[in-house]
Amino acid sequence: MALPQAKLDATETRLAAMALPSGGAWITAARDAALARVREMGLPGRRDEYWKFTRPDTLVEPQAPKAALFSHDEGMPFDDMDRVRVVFVDGVFDAAASDDLTAAGIEIERLETAAAQDIHWARDLYGVLEEKGQYPVMRPLAALNTAYATDGVVIRVTGKAEKPVSLIYRHASETSDAILHHVIKLEEGAELTVLENGPAAARFNKVMEVEVADNAKFHHVRTQGRDHERRAATHIFARLGTESVFKSFTMTVNGVLTRNECVIELTGDDAVAHVAGAALGDGDFHHDDTVFITHDAVNCESRQVFKKVLRNGATGVFQGKILVQPGAQKTDGYQISQSLLLDDDSNFLAKPELEIYADDVACSHGSTTGAIDEDMLFYLRARGVPLKKAQDLLVLAFLAEAVEEIEDEPLRDHITIRLQGWLERHSH
Amino acid sequence: MLEIKNLHVQLEEEDKKILKGVDLVVEPGKVHAIMGPNGSGKSTLSYVLSGRDGYEVTDGTATLDGEDLLEMEPEERAAAGLFLAFQYPVEIPGVGNMTFLRTAVNAQRKARGQEEMSSTEFLKVIREKAKELKIDAEMLKRPVNVGFSGGEKKRNEILQMAMLEPRMCILDETDSGLDVDAMKLVSDGVNALRDAGRGFLVITHYQRLLNHIKPDVVHIMSDGRIVKTGGPELALEVEENGYADILGEVA
Ligand SMILES: Nc1ncnc2c1ncn2[C@@H]1O[C@H](COP(=O)(O)OP(=O)(O)OP(=O)(O)O)[C@@H](O)[C@H]1O
Ligand SMILES: [Mg+2]
Repeated sequence: MALPQAKLDATETRLAAMALPSGGAWITAARDAALARVREMGLPGRRDEYWKFTRPDTLVEPQAPKAALFSHDEGMPFDDMDRVRVVFVDGVFDAAASDDLTAAGIEIERLETAAAQDIHWARDLYGVLEEKGQYPVMRPLAALNTAYATDGVVIRVTGKAEKPVSLIYRHASETSDAILHHVIKLEEGAELTVLENGPAAARFNKVMEVEVADNAKFHHVRTQGRDHERRAATHIFARLGTESVFKSFTMTVNGVLTRNECVIELTGDDAVAHVAGAALGDGDFHHDDTVFITHDAVNCESRQVFKKVLRNGATGVFQGKILVQPGAQKTDGYQISQSLLLDDDSNFLAKPELEIYADDVACSHGSTTGAIDEDMLFYLRARGVPLKKAQDLLVLAFLAEAVEEIEDEPLRDHITIRLQGWLERHSH
Repeated sequence: MLEIKNLHVQLEEEDKKILKGVDLVVEPGKVHAIMGPNGSGKSTLSYVLSGRDGYEVTDGTATLDGEDLLEMEPEERAAAGLFLAFQYPVEIPGVGNMTFLRTAVNAQRKARGQEEMSSTEFLKVIREKAKELKIDAEMLKRPVNVGFSGGEKKRNEILQMAMLEPRMCILDETDSGLDVDAMKLVSDGVNALRDAGRGFLVITHYQRLLNHIKPDVVHIMSDGRIVKTGGPELALEVEENGYADILGEVA
């Protein structure tokens, strides 16, 4: 089907402003195929159903809108943790600021190095899960990423990784436009935790493809914050094998535009996928969680837990779907999206969806919008807790169900402290 | 210490008068009881004193040690030493009982310019007091009042009171929902706090509680006013004959 002229023009205008990176043979083929996908789908436009609640304009236009750099005294997330640091500045790998990757105890390479060699497992994944995730809903920004990503890492883990891999995205230029693509493969029984933090760039497009083989466990904890004017469109594509575990948690504070898509396919029996998010937004904050989980095996469990606290006109979006394919019996699917609106100006837009083609499943979903409970607030104050502190306690309590999805206790506490810190810096 | 003069209160949302001129003075060291038919305004009085939204004071005053309570925020009243044991304690999912109490204790200390309690000291004190009220450690870890039985919630109120050591304690039907043993525990908890500097206002429907917590003065409230004041014998009279006689008498 031919694209509408406006979409075609917008797409070609953007593509004309970019250059395909050069690289090794296999990656060139993957990039060309991805570029063809972009041309076929066209970049997202305001009229697209999947972008009904979030305007894609600034993510699509040729130039990244400017984003000022902010600094404050709070230390960087995960600072006190033992981890393998991989630093990108405005989307470019910074070897000097990173830890020695050869000493990490796992296979970890820069994308361009992997591209120059014939690393078959990277070749077999790069753009592959992304392409698969284009159906039944198109995600053109992810295809754009596969075509144009200039940097990223490829990681392969065969055993239990000793330390988390910590991807740190520094933002240095007010006009930077960064595209990163990571490929992560957990072989059978492997375990890995990936941490991500940092504003990354004025505009950030990131894809992470994760293959979790049988019995492997993948944990992901991400914080997105700081520079308020930054914009980001991120995608996670994951494929889960038998009895594997995938758990991802994202904390988002600040940011005029964040769209986090997470596309998960449970392909092996007894697999578990949890995706959670806690977002705190103030003012012209726009935050969109778009999740699509496909159950294609027996006895799998999936959970989506998304909480957003919005004030001063902030907007939160949740589009979440559970698709249960024929034969995916005994599926246990749970989805909850909730917002706490601290004033009348803020907005929460939710589209929870269930599509079920198997008869022996237990799926539930719910979405709520509410304000701080006055009775709870009074009870706390009547015991002497000052108003602001009482509100913060109730906000943290509201977020707790999402934060509790982080399995590792020190990480969970760390995130709670970050959330507290943000609340303390923001007055109601 | 607590002085209420000619207090008139109506609802903020609708034109409904609830308190119609309450006069009451609780002296330090004394226990005052308030009894009265359902809907006479007892809980409303306790809420207005502790600063809950939704009520409008149209006339009268309420002071604690000479300070105007009605001008203060709820947390300021608490720091000034006022405590309300709620008729219906609120459940707060996601906020741990311990975190809540420690935050409250330290917030009050801070407001009074006192040093905060260390977590070790706090743990020690709360364990002792919880034990006296037969509240087990597991309950302390749970979210505030969530999944607590009616009686457990009431005991939790008394635990909070014991930790906060307020100067003026208002107990709104703390006895309702308690079994005989729990009634004894709660009364012992209250009696342990009785001293020369502390005042109590005990709202109850039953004389039974007043056998355990011996009041100095008993008031009968009806239709937003204190209509009769007397000694402990007044509670016995209510127990035996109901309110009809008393109300008939004052009408
Ligand atoms: N927020 C409110 N909205 C509507 N009516 C109210 C509200 N608060 C109190 N009232 C009314 O005011 C009156 C007094 O209520 P209150 O709860 O103070 O009575 P009470 O003496 O404590 O009764 P009980 O013995 O049943 O606990 C009742 O008629 C009640 O319905
Ligand atoms: Mg009452």
